[in-house]
Amino acid sequence: MSVVTTASTSKDISRRFTMMICDDSNIIRRKIERELNIDRLEVVASAANGRIAVETFTRQPVDVVTMDITMPEMDGIECVKKLVQIKPDVLILVISALSDKATAIEALKSGANGFLCKPFSDWQLTEALEELLRGAQ
Amino acid sequence: MSDAELATFVEGTTRYFETIGHQPASVGSPYLVDNGKPTVHEFTGMINIAGKRRGVVYFTASRSMLTVLLMRMGETELTEENMADLVGEVANTISGNARRDYGTDFMISVPQVTTGHADQVVLPDGARSIVIPINWRSHAAHLVVCLE
Repeated sequence: MSVVTTASTSKDISRRFTMMICDDSNIIRRKIERELNIDRLEVVASAANGRIAVETFTRQPVDVVTMDITMPEMDGIECVKKLVQIKPDVLILVISALSDKATAIEALKSGANGFLCKPFSDWQLTEALEELLRGAQ
Repeated sequence: MSDAELATFVEGTTRYFETIGHQPASVGSPYLVDNGKPTVHEFTGMINIAGKRRGVVYFTASRSMLTVLLMRMGETELTEENMADLVGEVANTISGNARRDYGTDFMISVPQVTTGHADQVVLPDGARSIVIPINWRSHAAHLVVCLE
C-alpha cells in the first residue's frame, strides 16, 4: 500500500474523518460500514457508482473514500481522478476484486492512497484504513 | 483451458468462502459441460469476459446457501435483492481475482444476475464449459467457466 507518512501530533491523532463508501453492491457497502471499527471515522455518504460518487462528493467533500473499480456508468479509476481534482488531499482506499498488480498501480497513479483486494476480512479492512489515516497525520 | 488456468478459479472460489463465509468450501472434480445446458440453481451471477480471453464466468447457488452466506457476513436483511447482489458479487470477485494470473487484458463486465431461469444463461457457441462443483457447509453451488 502506498501511503506517505509524516510526523504526527496529538492534535492529528484526535482528528475525526468523514467517509464515503462507493461500491455498486449494496451488501458490500453495508459490510464496509458494519465492519468499520475505527472510532474517528464516520460514514456520512455512500454511492452505487462513480457518477453518483462525484455528485455526492461535490456537495459534501469527505476526508476518506473507499472505492470499487468495476461499476456501471463511471468506473472507480475515472472517479478517483475526478475526486482528486475536486479535493487533492482526499484519502482514497480502492477496494476491488481486480487483483493484478497493473490495476493496483494504475489506481495509485490515479490518486488513490491504498489498495485492498476483495474478498477482505474485517481486520484487513480496519488495517488498510488505519494505514490510510496514518498517512494523513 | 490449462490445469493452471483452472486452478486460478478453484483457488479464487476457496479463498472467497474462507474469507467471507469463515469456513472453506470443498471443491469437487471439475467436469466439461457436454450438452450445452448449463447447471443453474435459483440465483446466477454472470460475468462477461473480453480482451485476451472471451466468454462467460458464472456462479450459481441456491437460496439456502446464499441465506447462510449472508448471515455469515453479518447481514441482517436476508432479502431477495441482497441474495441477487451476493451471487453477482461472488462471480465478480472470483473473475476479478483471476486477473492475478490472466493479467490486465482479462476484462470483466459488471455482473448480470438471473433468478431461476436456465434459458437466460447463454454460453458462447463453440466454447468449452468447465463446471466446478462447490460444497460449502451442507450447500451445493457451481462455478461455470466458459472461455473461447
